[in-house]
Amino acid sequence: MSNLELAGRRRFNFSQPFVYFVALALIGITLGPVIYIVLGGFRSTGALAANPAGLPDPWIFTNYANVLTSSSFWQQVFNSTVIALITTAIVVIFGVMAAFALARYQFKGREGLFTFFVLGLLFPVTVAILPLFILTRDLGLTESPLGVALPQAAFGLPMTIVILRPFLRALPTELEDAALIDGTTRLGFFFRIALPLSGPGLVTVGVLAFIGSWNAYLLPLLLLSRPENFTLPLGVATFSTQYTQDTAAVLAFTSLSMIPALVFFLLMQRYIVNGLTGAVKG
Amino acid sequence: MGRRGEIAFFLTPAILLYVVFVIYPITRAGQYSFYRWNGLQDLTDFIGFQNYREAITNSVFQGALMNNLTIIIASLVVQLPIGLGIALLLNRKLKGRGALRTIIFIPYVLAEVVAGVMWTLILTPRGAANATLQNLGLENLQQLWLADPDIALWTLFGVLTWKYVGFAIILFLAGLQGVPEELHEAAALDGASWWQIQRRIVIPMIGPTIRIWAFLSMIGSIQLFDLVWIMTGGGPANSTQTMATYLIGQGFERFRFGYGSAVAVIMFSFSLILALFYQRFVLARDVQDPVSGRKG
Repeated sequence: MSNLELAGRRRFNFSQPFVYFVALALIGITLGPVIYIVLGGFRSTGALAANPAGLPDPWIFTNYANVLTSSSFWQQVFNSTVIALITTAIVVIFGVMAAFALARYQFKGREGLFTFFVLGLLFPVTVAILPLFILTRDLGLTESPLGVALPQAAFGLPMTIVILRPFLRALPTELEDAALIDGTTRLGFFFRIALPLSGPGLVTVGVLAFIGSWNAYLLPLLLLSRPENFTLPLGVATFSTQYTQDTAAVLAFTSLSMIPALVFFLLMQRYIVNGLTGAVKG
Repeated sequence: MGRRGEIAFFLTPAILLYVVFVIYPITRAGQYSFYRWNGLQDLTDFIGFQNYREAITNSVFQGALMNNLTIIIASLVVQLPIGLGIALLLNRKLKGRGALRTIIFIPYVLAEVVAGVMWTLILTPRGAANATLQNLGLENLQQLWLADPDIALWTLFGVLTWKYVGFAIILFLAGLQGVPEELHEAAALDGASWWQIQRRIVIPMIGPTIRIWAFLSMIGSIQLFDLVWIMTGGGPANSTQTMATYLIGQGFERFRFGYGSAVAVIMFSFSLILALFYQRFVLARDVQDPVSGRKG
């Protein structure tokens, strides 16, 4: 972290080492626990019990190897991926279509409909969870990825529409007029011009939906009870209660379960931060 | 396809999905709340407002509600100053600023389940937290972090702060980028101190960002579930129940779907009232008084 220096452009009446110190402390507090469990996964349960705050000595790789060679871990990664992809696809496609109509057509009740969707921001999935459980049971969707993905996508729609509508609104009318004069239909304008131009917005809502689904716990907890259908958060929770005696194994499992989300975040962080701050400023 | 047809084509999928999986279940929750029902038989045992009466007079539910309120207020009182203070400090040209932002944001991206399991392991009586205190010679600060009813809620609040303060910092930093550099310079030329500049100029200008953050924080606190369910399950002795953990416990562990629905409706009313109140009295305020009534 030695490159974390201040190129002080403005001069203030208190010292820059203080800022430097705060930044380092922040990094330590943020990463400390994460580094601890990653390192803990390289120790034995015995060593962890003898000295919980120690460093790996010797380094043991069997905990991680066991997780990486267990089929249930990969099954859970796969299940989480499938559910997150379905959720993302539905929320982005349905969301952008609705946002397009709400942004570029004049019709009676348009603002009312928009408010109807915005209201959904206030409905946490928790409030609807008991009826959702009954509904998915009646639809025969328990234990199925679709049973988790459909409600997740539905609850993701409000935020998606709120973020995308201004995007689609901002496309100049001249662009639409020109396309119509050239003989394109409105549908053609949507598919060939509006969609590509709102690409960054689509990626943002897609990434938010994906991460939301990837981290979701409540809905999978209630709808998926067979271990072969578990998502990663369910797997981590179950593993940690099943192997309470084997702390090192739990540390390794938990550490590995963080990797997909972290990699995805590092690749997509620009869109996440832009999306969140954009939505909030909106 | 006519214009009406196009509008229908674009809107129908979203409306259908939204009505079936959001609106319909929520209205059903309202209906269930008037019945005694285990989720299996026919819905016949209509009992009026009895579920609501039971909830508001039940001491565990009252405790859960108080815990939600405590978390809401503690989040505002603790996370706002920390988040804003750090954002103001970091709002300058820093080498490695991009990396710093990325790191600060990491806890926010982790699943609450993962964060919960991680912290549970660290905070067990013989875990790393207590061991570190011992190594530092601070044995008297050792605690039963999650097993002592007097402090478990505050332990959870600490973990929540760890997980969510980064979001506040990133949000405030984004807001701060919209404050023109010239304002700082002009005020500095006029002899204003760093703190005066922040307090009189910068903080008021990011008032809207702060208010939205506060709103998101409050709504999030009302819905708090995953982390509590993983770390304490609402215990010990119900000391960390939230409305959501209480709802799930009653609904799915005791199969009291009617009663659970009444709790859900109360929870929803709570966020709705909060949202309307906030919209009316805080968001509508002008930018002059940025920190939503709290003294700076």
